[in-house]
Formats: sequence, C-alpha cells, structure tokens
Amino acid sequence: MFARAVSRSCATSFRRWLAVSALAVALQFTLAQPSVAQAPTSEDIWNELANEIFKGRPLADGTGLVGIEMPTRAEDAAIVPVTMRVTMPLGDPRRVKALTLVIDENPAPVAATFEFGDNAGVSMISTRVRINSYTDVHLVAELTDSKLYVVKTYVKASGGCSAPAAKNADEARASLGQMRFKTFGNPTNGGASLAHEAQVMIRHPNNSGLQRDQVTLLYIPAHFIEELAVRQGDALLFRMNGGISISEDPNFRFSYLATGAATFAVEAKDNAGNMFRNEWPAKPGL
Amino acid sequence: MLFRRINRWCVVACLACATTLAFAASERATEALPVAEIAPGLFVHVGAVAPMTRANEGAVANVGFVVGSDTVAVIDSGGSVHEGRRLLTAIRAVTEKPVRFVINTHTHPDHVFGNAAFIGATFVGHKNLGRALAGRGMFYLDAFRRELGDDIMREVKIISPTQIVDGAMRLDLGNRVLMLRAWQAAHTDHDLTVLDQNTGTLFAGDLVFLRHLPVLDGSLRGWLAVIGQLAEVPARRVVPGHGPVADWPAALAEERRYLARLAQDVRGAIKGGETIAAVAKSAAQSERMRWELFDEYNGRNATAAYAELEWE
Repeated sequence: MFARAVSRSCATSFRRWLAVSALAVALQFTLAQPSVAQAPTSEDIWNELANEIFKGRPLADGTGLVGIEMPTRAEDAAIVPVTMRVTMPLGDPRRVKALTLVIDENPAPVAATFEFGDNAGVSMISTRVRINSYTDVHLVAELTDSKLYVVKTYVKASGGCSAPAAKNADEARASLGQMRFKTFGNPTNGGASLAHEAQVMIRHPNNSGLQRDQVTLLYIPAHFIEELAVRQGDALLFRMNGGISISEDPNFRFSYLATGAATFAVEAKDNAGNMFRNEWPAKPGL
Repeated sequence: MLFRRINRWCVVACLACATTLAFAASERATEALPVAEIAPGLFVHVGAVAPMTRANEGAVANVGFVVGSDTVAVIDSGGSVHEGRRLLTAIRAVTEKPVRFVINTHTHPDHVFGNAAFIGATFVGHKNLGRALAGRGMFYLDAFRRELGDDIMREVKIISPTQIVDGAMRLDLGNRVLMLRAWQAAHTDHDLTVLDQNTGTLFAGDLVFLRHLPVLDGSLRGWLAVIGQLAEVPARRVVPGHGPVADWPAALAEERRYLARLAQDVRGAIKGGETIAAVAKSAAQSERMRWELFDEYNGRNATAAYAELEWE
C-alpha cells in the first residue's frame, strides 16, 4: 500500500487522481499483491478514457486513414505543435466527419474535437497544445461510415523550467480576442478546386484553472476558448470544441478546398461568455 | 512502458530515501556551498552549466549573498532546500548577521527551490512573481519530483514574495544599499535585478546568460529591448544567472547576438510560411557551436519565439 501510494505521487499527473482516481483505487483493491507492475499502465489509462469519451463504442486501428505528428520530446511544455492528417487512399468513398485529440496524461485529456463541413476538404489541421507529463496522445477519427478509428503517438515531457503556463500574462490579457487570418501560397498554384492552406489565430490566455494562488490558496478560474468555427462564405470548414489543453493564443493551421467564396469568417466563444467574431476577404485566386 | 519504468524507479528511490538518504541529506546540509568573495562582502556560488538533475541536486544557477553592516541579503536560494541550507552554512562561515532578505530574481526552480531554507526572512520579488508562482508552482513541484526525486523535493515549498518590487526599490543592509529593479517581460515576465552600489556588482538573474544557452520564457522582443537598457546600468561586473562572473557591460554581447539571430531567423521563417515545428529545428543553428546546452534549449526558444513573433 505504501509503495503504491508513493509510486502514484511520483509518476502520476493530476489527471489520474482527478479524473480516473476511481481506476487507480479499484486496481489498488482488486489486485492482491502490492507490486509496482500492477500500477495502471498507459493502456489501462487509455482504455478507461476511451470508454468514458466514446461511450464504449469500439475503436478500430486508424493506421493508413489518419495520422498524428508531434515532436518526440516537447520542447516547450506550453506550446507543443501537433499535426493531424487525413491519409485515406484515393478512391476511398468515406471522409472524416470529426477528429478528437486526446492527451492521456493531461489534467483535461480531451484537448479538442474538430467537426468538418461536408465539402470542406480539410485534410490537414495543426494546432499547439500543453503537455504536462510523459504521455500517449491519441487521435480518434469518426468517418462517414459512423465508425471510430484511432492512431497514437508518444510525447516526452519537456524538462527544466518549461511549464504549461503563460509566458507573458499581461500581453495575453491586454489583447484578448484579437484575431489573425493568414493564407499560404499554394505550390501548385491552381484554381478553385485545389487544396489551399490557411491559419486562424486568436489571442486568449486559455487558462487551465489548475493554477493555485499560493497566498490565497484559491484556484485561479479557468478561462478558455470553448468553441471556434471557421467558415468559407457560408460553408463550415471546421468547428473546434476545445479545452484547457490547447495552448495560450489558440492557433489552427489547416488545408481546405477553395470554393471561390468572397470571405472567410471566424466565430469563437469562451467559457466566460465572451463572443469573438471577425471576417476577412478571400484573396483573388484563393 | 516508460511510464511503468518511472514508477518502479520512483518506488526504489523513495524506499531508499526513507531510510538512508534522508539521514545523509541532513548530514550533508552542514557542508558549506563553495562561494567566492568576488567583491568586498559580496559572495557568489557559480552553478554548474547543466540541466537540474538528481546528481547535481538542482544546483545549477548562480546564487550569492551580500553582507551589510546590519543584515545579509541572499540573491536566489538555489535549486533545492539542501542547496539553500548549504548556502546558509556558507553565510554563517562569514558572518553571524541575520539574513533579512531573500531576493528571488524570477520564478524558475533553480533560483527559488532553496527558499524554504530561509523561512523567517523577507522574500522579495518582482510584482508579477507571485502570479507566476501561482501559475507554475504546483506543476514544478510535480515535474521536479519526477526529475530530482522525492529525497531532494520533499522539503521544497513554493514561497511567494512578501515584499514586491514595481519599478525600483532600495534595500538598505546597513551602510550598503542594494538597488532592485523590476523589468518588462524578457527572460520571464517577472525578472528582477540587484545592483550592489558599493562595489558596482550587478546580479542580473537570468536576464544575462554566459556559456549556457539563453532560455526564453517571457518575450524575445522584450528581452532584446531590456538588453539595451541593461547596458546602461552603472556596474563594473555582472553575476549572470548562469555562467561565470564577467565584466560589464561586455558580458551582454554574446546573448545579444544569439537572441538577435534567433529573432531574425524566426521572422524570416514565419514570412516564408514555414511551420512552427520546422522552425524549432532550423532557427539559429549558426549559434550551435558557441553555447553549451544548445540542443537542450534552442528548439524550445525557437518555438516560443515563433508563437510570439507571428503576432507582429
């Protein structure tokens, strides 16, 4: 018992005792020998999480359908790039309806869910997340066959003084809700039906709410973007539902199929009820 | 799998520390931290140019103290309570005067984890230090328990400043005035420097790095601006946060060159549409041979720089 309690305090993130402490406790009581090998494995953690998030629906291997790219080691715990790709073979009639990004060991494992518009053609989307600990990161795709497919990667936590916290807290607060929209040149330089790339940026502290004021011993309230939708003309490109694992100043770079619509629009809201909206003209030819 | 290895390793370490190591730690606490009197009444321990590890017990930052005719001020307390205690032993080898102030130059663990060795002193920090400790303290305790082990971490406490500096402040140690200055966001968003006027010695905290690659955890644009203002500080020598004591302001040249190169490379990459992941590998590579710990921190610096500069 002693050994188990110590091992949990050593290697376990907040998340485990906050969100699946039930699992740890259950294992503690059901497994007879207090051997370290019986601490919940990363597979145990994921199985429990997947069951909670996807309500027990089966998850098939998504290799060859979707991919996830992250650095093997988080350089900066507060800003870890993640790129999600649709890699289905040409001719596969299915498309991706939604992607769910799960950072198993984070305090809030579901980093974001992305739903895609019917003809958005988003085959790549990248963002930046916080990584609290050594962790598996799972990407679950829901395809138009209504089945779920999963792939995963593994990220080592960053070392040293890097923390998944604000770097310049005054700046983040002062410019709350500012947005940028960028498009990138397409090497194939084609017309309206070719893939293009764009980026949406919004200033927001995306506070975790897990930060405790050492003087008052009160938790600083969580403050984060909970929903963000990007449209090309009236057509939805994607809608993100997110939480505190998305980095400060949420940032999404994605590919899409240009329709020739005159504008791009972004609408976001945070958990404090703030709404942010902005619109940009599409550049001719994009 | 790695996760399980860590578990097992932790348990071994923790069981061991419950018996022998805890005892050994209290014995070792009487050993004085090696310090050099670099100016009259001003003592410095130059930390290892290395990441904080179990082997070096987190003692990687430069720490020091200044003795006035009435009291002593400590500037940064080190990377563990053990290091803080060894620093206190070094102080006691020099003077019986009370340690009235512990000045924390910023929130990073190698500079503040020794605070608990000085409970009873007034803790002095930048006006934003408390906020940074609130945002990071619990994470640091958790992460460094993993990296340094329970033995080293057991007594570490996050101690918020009881006296804050907004702009500038004088601390009188008795016939000896320390000038404290709180800076705009640079290395962090709560950097504090300490100038000992009697000897012209500047404790720059991590606003100045030598040999050890500078680490960006605040604002690159702010840091480059602060370097310009720091150069005006009337000092003869500097105690950097990491690296050897050096002449002032010549000591700024190396980090200014690195940070300017980083900014230039990252701006160019953003303009060219490169991704943040690619820039972590490509930026400032021309600086690689000029610094220690380049591979540990350059990718991180480039990542943070990209996220900041893409808003320009």
